[in-house]
Amino acid sequence: MKIHEFQAKEILRHYRVAVPEGKVVTTPDQAEAAAGDLGGKVVVKAQIHAGGRGKGGGVKLAADPAAARQAAAEILGMQLVTHQTGPEGQRVKQVLIEKASDIEHEFYLGITLDRAQSKLVVMASREGGVEIEEVAAATPEKILRETADPGVGLQPFQATRLAFGLGFEGKQVRQAAGFILNLYRAFVGADCSIAEINPLVTTADGQVLALDAKINFDANALFRHEDFAAMRDLDEEAALEVEASKHDLNYIKLDGNIGCMVNGAGLAMATMDIIKLSGGEPANFLDVGGGASAETVENGFRILLSDPNVQAILINIFGGIVRCDRVAEGVIQARKNIDVNVPLVVRLAGTNADVAAEMLENSDMDFTVGHGLKDAAEKVAAAIQ
Amino acid sequence: MSVLVAENTRLFVQAITGAEGSFHTKQMIDYGTQVVGGATPGKGGQEFEGVPVFNTVAEGVAATSANASVIFVPPPFAADAIMEAADAGLELIVCITEGIPEADMVKAYQYVQARSSRLIGPNCPGIISPGKCKIGIMPGFIHQPGRIGIISRSGTLTYETVGQLSERGLGQSTAIGIGGDPIIGTRFVDALALFKDDAETDAVVMIGEIGGSAEEEAAAYVKEHYDKPVVGFIAGRTAPPGRRMGHAGAIISGGKGTADDKMAAMRDAGVHVCESPAEIGETVERTLG
Repeated sequence: MKIHEFQAKEILRHYRVAVPEGKVVTTPDQAEAAAGDLGGKVVVKAQIHAGGRGKGGGVKLAADPAAARQAAAEILGMQLVTHQTGPEGQRVKQVLIEKASDIEHEFYLGITLDRAQSKLVVMASREGGVEIEEVAAATPEKILRETADPGVGLQPFQATRLAFGLGFEGKQVRQAAGFILNLYRAFVGADCSIAEINPLVTTADGQVLALDAKINFDANALFRHEDFAAMRDLDEEAALEVEASKHDLNYIKLDGNIGCMVNGAGLAMATMDIIKLSGGEPANFLDVGGGASAETVENGFRILLSDPNVQAILINIFGGIVRCDRVAEGVIQARKNIDVNVPLVVRLAGTNADVAAEMLENSDMDFTVGHGLKDAAEKVAAAIQ
Repeated sequence: MSVLVAENTRLFVQAITGAEGSFHTKQMIDYGTQVVGGATPGKGGQEFEGVPVFNTVAEGVAATSANASVIFVPPPFAADAIMEAADAGLELIVCITEGIPEADMVKAYQYVQARSSRLIGPNCPGIISPGKCKIGIMPGFIHQPGRIGIISRSGTLTYETVGQLSERGLGQSTAIGIGGDPIIGTRFVDALALFKDDAETDAVVMIGEIGGSAEEEAAAYVKEHYDKPVVGFIAGRTAPPGRRMGHAGAIISGGKGTADDKMAAMRDAGVHVCESPAEIGETVERTLG
């Protein structure tokens, strides 16, 4: 689960990770007042989930409260386009007003799971403020790593080693090491899947601060953090995906025109792939899970048909414990209740697949039965030619 | 022969009286798996389908000499169940549960590694040696006994693969669903090593997907150590970067974990890579000549 920068910074503050003073506001008036309270120069930062906000014009420096008001007026309500939002951009509803820092150096600090080791890894670099993937690709030696032992967690000596490795000196070594250890505590305490500080900065007055902060929560651990649910911003998520999640459907919208409904994530991806190989373009990923009942199929149809690009639908179910005749019943039932106005290809395999195919073919509705994965994909691709 | 499971596997079911556990326990017994006991805290002393139920795994293992367990425990408690099984000394632990918190799995993985157990999953369909033993939720009837090994990160895509093989009369020695999570107990490399030494496995099919680098590691292993033919498929060529495709582990992030990279690594290692998921069966057939 993604959250906004100001929410991430509240979490960091709770774990005593140093962040600039600031306040989130929704109107230019509030922006002016907040800037007045903070005093001096401030930064006005658009709060959307996507990265790259600065380049898109979503971050502005303001010398005084009047300028902060002006900047907030420009940013609030804009459709902010960044490399992560897509061309339509994301509407800005709130801005973070933060005390401006006199930056000396920008570092990178991040914590995530190292899948190869099944352990948490802390990554740090002197090359902060830029895309860390680019640093990793061009100059991997500039990224320092410390792996946390799952039993005891990240140790002070490891944080200190990173601090020295980053080039900190004197009193700042302890400050930086403390920052790293507290970030690790925040990661574990809040069940994060990613915690990234880019940039982590040193300031002219000797502070070590998280200038930006990105935190994602582990969706599987949200049951331990009831207060996190309030941080979810549904406006940042695609409406159809939110709707699908209400019905326990796993849906991701893509750009193509062939809708697909599949049971199981791997088979759903493979179905998208074979649609493409057959000359079509998949309109979505949709995993209906293990159930695939009449209700699931009906909800699935509704979601798929809400996408105006969808010109044909492929249903691909490999029945295991689920019986295909039940799924076929569901498809027939759902079609009675919903106006499916695009060609429909159904491929059912596994338990009672023969019976199911017969049921579909004998129904008075307009289905094409796919025999095998390839045949089904070719038929659905041909249907929109 | 088969790997990890056989006729003599004595299975213990954790959360045997739950909705999932009870349903699949019946299915496994019907398939012929020796289910010798189960655990549900607080229900010790009861019986389910003639199988004794215990309060704890340790107690159940002592009484039944079980040597493998399957876990249907809900996500908040599943990592604990894995560690309980490892503590009880079970050789094989198969965790079906999907949705275990990452932090819990980091600990459970480490815990199992430090002991003598092997973990399969979590978030997997289980493991089956057709005609001998089925541990998990896969439909038994699509399988046939034979000489092809299967290793897969996905559930229904494994069934698809099995279906294509059985249709061609190509039976399976063992099919292992290793799971779709970022942290899993048995990876491609581990499973490949098991099949390498199995005299009754002639060829191996590995079904990967986007995310992580386990397929690349497997390719390096195949290149170095394998003389059996390996057929591979990677799901998710059309998946957009940065989006989690259902499985927690299926995500392309920071430009890493793409299907094309994985397929290239596998091809370089001499793996017969299928472009299409519909070609897995025929590719195996062709490979065996």
